[in-house]
Amino acid sequence: MATTVKIQVDGNNPVLALQGFLKGLLDDESIGGILVPVHLFEKGLPMPTLVTDSAKLSGADPLAPAFSMNSAKLLARLTRGQSGERIAAVLRPCEIRAFVELVKLNQGSLDDVVIVGVDCMGAYDNLSYKTFLGDADSFQATLDFHGLIGGEADTVRNGVDIASACQSCEHPAPQNADVVIGIAGAHLHESIPVMATSARGEALLSGLNLPDIESANGRDKTLESLIAARIVNRDAMLEKTKALTGTLTDLSEYLSACVNCYNCRVACPVCYCKECVFNTDVFEHKPWQYMEWAKRKGSLKMPTDTIFYHLTRMAHMSTACVGCGQCSNACPNGIPVMELFRTVAARTQESFDYEPGRSLDESPPLSVFKEDEFQETVSHMA
Amino acid sequence: MNNEFEPTILAFVCNWCTYTAADLAGTSRMVQQPNLRLVRMMCTGMVDPKYIVKSLLSGADGVLVSGCHPGDCHYINGNYKARRRVKLLNEILPQFGIEKERVKLTWVGASEGNEFAATVNNFINEIRELGPMEACSMAVV
Repeated sequence: MATTVKIQVDGNNPVLALQGFLKGLLDDESIGGILVPVHLFEKGLPMPTLVTDSAKLSGADPLAPAFSMNSAKLLARLTRGQSGERIAAVLRPCEIRAFVELVKLNQGSLDDVVIVGVDCMGAYDNLSYKTFLGDADSFQATLDFHGLIGGEADTVRNGVDIASACQSCEHPAPQNADVVIGIAGAHLHESIPVMATSARGEALLSGLNLPDIESANGRDKTLESLIAARIVNRDAMLEKTKALTGTLTDLSEYLSACVNCYNCRVACPVCYCKECVFNTDVFEHKPWQYMEWAKRKGSLKMPTDTIFYHLTRMAHMSTACVGCGQCSNACPNGIPVMELFRTVAARTQESFDYEPGRSLDESPPLSVFKEDEFQETVSHMA
Repeated sequence: MNNEFEPTILAFVCNWCTYTAADLAGTSRMVQQPNLRLVRMMCTGMVDPKYIVKSLLSGADGVLVSGCHPGDCHYINGNYKARRRVKLLNEILPQFGIEKERVKLTWVGASEGNEFAATVNNFINEIRELGPMEACSMAVV
């Protein structure tokens, strides 16, 4: 029987209430630290921060509509090997799903971590967050974004909207978390429901002595309509991107502003190679080679291998793409990278009946095989 | 397509089965069209999708991946892994107008020299029919 308790909100400030909740977690002797987005300065982006002293939680803002980076890789670093202490990590649903993928690849571990998932209402990309913030106090801005009831449909503030990845995300509710903070549909100025979704979460919550509530009123309904709206956005986005990239020439034009900086790969939480081939001397060609290639067609775009890079990344990680949109966030030239990769991922994931982050028991498609499958892929001569 | 188009085909073949079959086809003086460039791999299981992508972007009109029959892999299961990778490319490449017929996976055993020659000739004819890769005529790749 899953425990559902509530965090009492005083003074109309759910962020303060959540900080109190996190302090409670940190005071529990089983938890040595908490990874949570923290406002480290008055202005600017909240950054994922590993907090071990509860006094430092006064800057914590788990509800900030900012998504500076996908914390899955950070959590992988914190859990690969032993620290001797268990930590809690406050994550968005897409961060959890990416982390699950990394755990499957043995790049992180769930052994000593309690995942606290927060219903995600979306976030601005890093540049838009600045516009969203304007001159406002960052905490006040967070409160204004969420309004009175979690899951408000209108997310435009100061002329900017949440990232397109978030607008088309069909996973606003955390999967595979231990504890879920259910802000969707919650009356945020009264109380916030918290659900234990694993034995580990159950044990932790029961130690906090929070008051029970019957159910997270209205959460399911809010999530349902949120997901429905986002799926409509997603499908329109997929169609549009497909139409824009139907040929190699179109794809080349779509990526024409790409400067081969590989920021999208660095930002990608599931680009798992320890050393990327595109960073090796495989691509350090001799001057005469460039001259040869240029002469073949009369010209050669420099830097070379742009499409090759993106197609290779699609082959390597599209089955694990969680659609977090950090690739687009990281692109210095505003290429809609997320749209492209989600369009490819939709098809590759469907063809292997694979959904990244859904279950730890599902192996990444390219790490396994069956003897009797995909016969149509093999040609036979008569 | 016009009759002047002569396709360039790159073939990644495994050392133990298809390469041996290619050798056999050659020494048996079987007639094969000269459009194929063989790359001998130890196993089709080491053909990273990026090798195939790079070939298609750099001048190949078709790519053949050929290894041992299921159950015969020298490394137990490399050919099953190759099958998943080709399956993956079959899903990705057509989204950008690269016909999936340009990437062919076959199993040709060491003793099947005639099978190899037939596979090669058929594939070259198919690609000749299909025409050149779009990348060949693109200014920017």
